[in-house]
Amino acid sequence: MSEEGREVTASEKDFRTLFAENKNKVTSAVPFVRSLGFTVTEVTKTKVHGRLPYRDDLVGDPETGVVASGVITTILDSLCGMSCGLKLNAFMPVATLDLRIDYMRPAAPLVDILAEAECYHATRSVCFTRAIAYQGERDRMIASAAAAFAITGRPIDRKAVT
Amino acid sequence: MTQDPPANAGALLSFLEASPFARKMGVSCAVAGDEILATLPFDEMLIGNARIRALHGGAMAAFLELTATARLYLVADLKRPPKIIDITVDYLRQGKAADLFAEASIVKLGRRMASVHAEAWQAERAKPVVALTAHFLVREDDPNAA
Repeated sequence: MSEEGREVTASEKDFRTLFAENKNKVTSAVPFVRSLGFTVTEVTKTKVHGRLPYRDDLVGDPETGVVASGVITTILDSLCGMSCGLKLNAFMPVATLDLRIDYMRPAAPLVDILAEAECYHATRSVCFTRAIAYQGERDRMIASAAAAFAITGRPIDRKAVT
Repeated sequence: MTQDPPANAGALLSFLEASPFARKMGVSCAVAGDEILATLPFDEMLIGNARIRALHGGAMAAFLELTATARLYLVADLKRPPKIIDITVDYLRQGKAADLFAEASIVKLGRRMASVHAEAWQAERAKPVVALTAHFLVREDDPNAA
């Protein structure tokens, strides 16, 4: 995103652009998210999208090959947390206050799990978020989440993130 | 207790042993009669915030889901792992870079559904870090059931 041919500095870039450009760093900086192989694939104006490739070590019950519910819980919690930044327009430190997940159907084995989250409201101290996980078509939902996050500090220095 | 505890304890432990994700997390479980004590040994992999070295909220919730599931094995004769319906998680304190312990209690065990509450702590049992309530489907509809 450059204007008038001039290089736009990091501080001038809007948060979404910065997030999108550094989406791999954002997930690789979180050990547990990295250990699952979950990555952010797209950052839109209001939503963060991610993908979890199927892996044998994520299976809960080996007889069915279904990915453990705890894995879905983790990616939805993470994605909800990341969506807070889009609403606050900064990398704010947040901590999950509460999390509610409905598991609508077991994830089909061998198929990637896709997810998207949005922060639909933020106050000075709290962010309200929701997310869904699905496979293939967006309406083939496997889980939905609602989570509230406490804003726990000042914005994280953008240089530290990028 | 109407069920035989050792037989169900065996089913519980083999479920944890057979589950790739439970093994990846490193979850272990000690059975004491009809109670359990689950342990999530600290591992760098479980960190969610590297700056403040806090455990990942998802990892803690996943651990409590496993604890709740394990607890159900003890009281219900499960042929298959119970199907999780929903969870509500309360994050009460920051999870520090240390072992996490958990116990679970059955709120209600019905013919088809079960409600289970689980709590995790670190240094002090009286200071829970995370609490979870989960609903499970323990038995599919069976028209021939008594």
